[in-house]
Amino acid sequence: MTYIKSQSIYFQLFSSFLRIGAFTFGGGWAMISLIEREVVDNKRWIKREEFLDLLAVSQALPGVLAINIAVAVGDHLRGMKGSVAAALGTIAPCFAIILTIAVFLTPELIQSNHVVSSIFRGIRPAVVALIVAPVITSAKSMKLGWKTLWIPVVVALLIWSKLPWISNPILFIIIGGIAGYLWLRRQERRLSMARIEREEKEEGL
Amino acid sequence: MIYLRLIWSYLKIGLFGFGGGYAMLSLIEREIVGPGWITEKMFTDIVAISQMTPGPIGINSATYIGYAAPMAHGFDHVLWGVLGSLLCTFVVVLPSFILVAYTSHFISRHKESVAIRGIFKGLRPVVIGLIASAALLLMNSENYGTSTSEVVISAVISVAVLAATLMTKIHPIILIILSGIAGLIIYY
Repeated sequence: MTYIKSQSIYFQLFSSFLRIGAFTFGGGWAMISLIEREVVDNKRWIKREEFLDLLAVSQALPGVLAINIAVAVGDHLRGMKGSVAAALGTIAPCFAIILTIAVFLTPELIQSNHVVSSIFRGIRPAVVALIVAPVITSAKSMKLGWKTLWIPVVVALLIWSKLPWISNPILFIIIGGIAGYLWLRRQERRLSMARIEREEKEEGL
Repeated sequence: MIYLRLIWSYLKIGLFGFGGGYAMLSLIEREIVGPGWITEKMFTDIVAISQMTPGPIGINSATYIGYAAPMAHGFDHVLWGVLGSLLCTFVVVLPSFILVAYTSHFISRHKESVAIRGIFKGLRPVVIGLIASAALLLMNSENYGTSTSEVVISAVISVAVLAATLMTKIHPIILIILSGIAGLIIYY
């Protein structure tokens, strides 16, 4: 019995994330609740508050969200080795599946096989709709008003227009970050100025 | 050298892919479809395949494109494809390791600071724009067809799937399968 217990933490990290990676469809967001249940409730590796902290950082960083969480959890438990184990577990199943698909479902096959090409002609417009849906739901949930709605509209149109230098998504990510910082700094300054003025008035009375 | 170009592209995708899979799509489109590694159609097909298989779009696209791009450019042995797959997948996750190891403590310590709150406040509407741009980029004749009848059929499928996603809880995989069946019935 003891040899079962002595499974190393690295192997456990790998196999936990392997199971999560193999059974979640729909990417990062779908994975979060599964990862939380596994590492917080089942394995008791980290406390819930710690997990929420790791999640916040994973969302803040660029890259694939599911990988960021796996790396953050692994890193939290066992440093770099732990993060490699967790990330390999997450990647392994989808890598194997997609590679198999890539070998057999080649672009030529999709083009030349009449059955496959008919299926994909039906699927392609559906994919576009599945991308439009989160635009609408997230614009609603963020409560974008008329004052901020122009930002995603302008970003989308400029990228779509494929202008030589301007249509680069990286450019808008950088501008968005800097502009957000400058905007919030001005807001906070105004708030503190207003507070100082009010205090001075109250003192004057 | 196609491998170096792919590595460079996926490094950029890993470093600047904010806001999840769909928000990364316009970046992947620019880096991968733009230079002609794969066609517009294939790009949409990869997104569809990603939806139907487990795993994040960022990883799935790296694995598929890493395989297909070298194969389409003369490196047509399976092993060349597998090498491309491994390289692209490795490179797209590499920034995560470095950033989590070196910046996560900094971010969690300063997450209430004006700088970090401001940056993410500014990024949020941009991310919505990025997703919308991916949708716009994919609304083209390669995906919707060139004849009037095919465009109309495609538009009907799009509207139906969009309505089903927004108003019902039917899983996206089911919607893709249904659209595939519709395509088979209509076009075969």
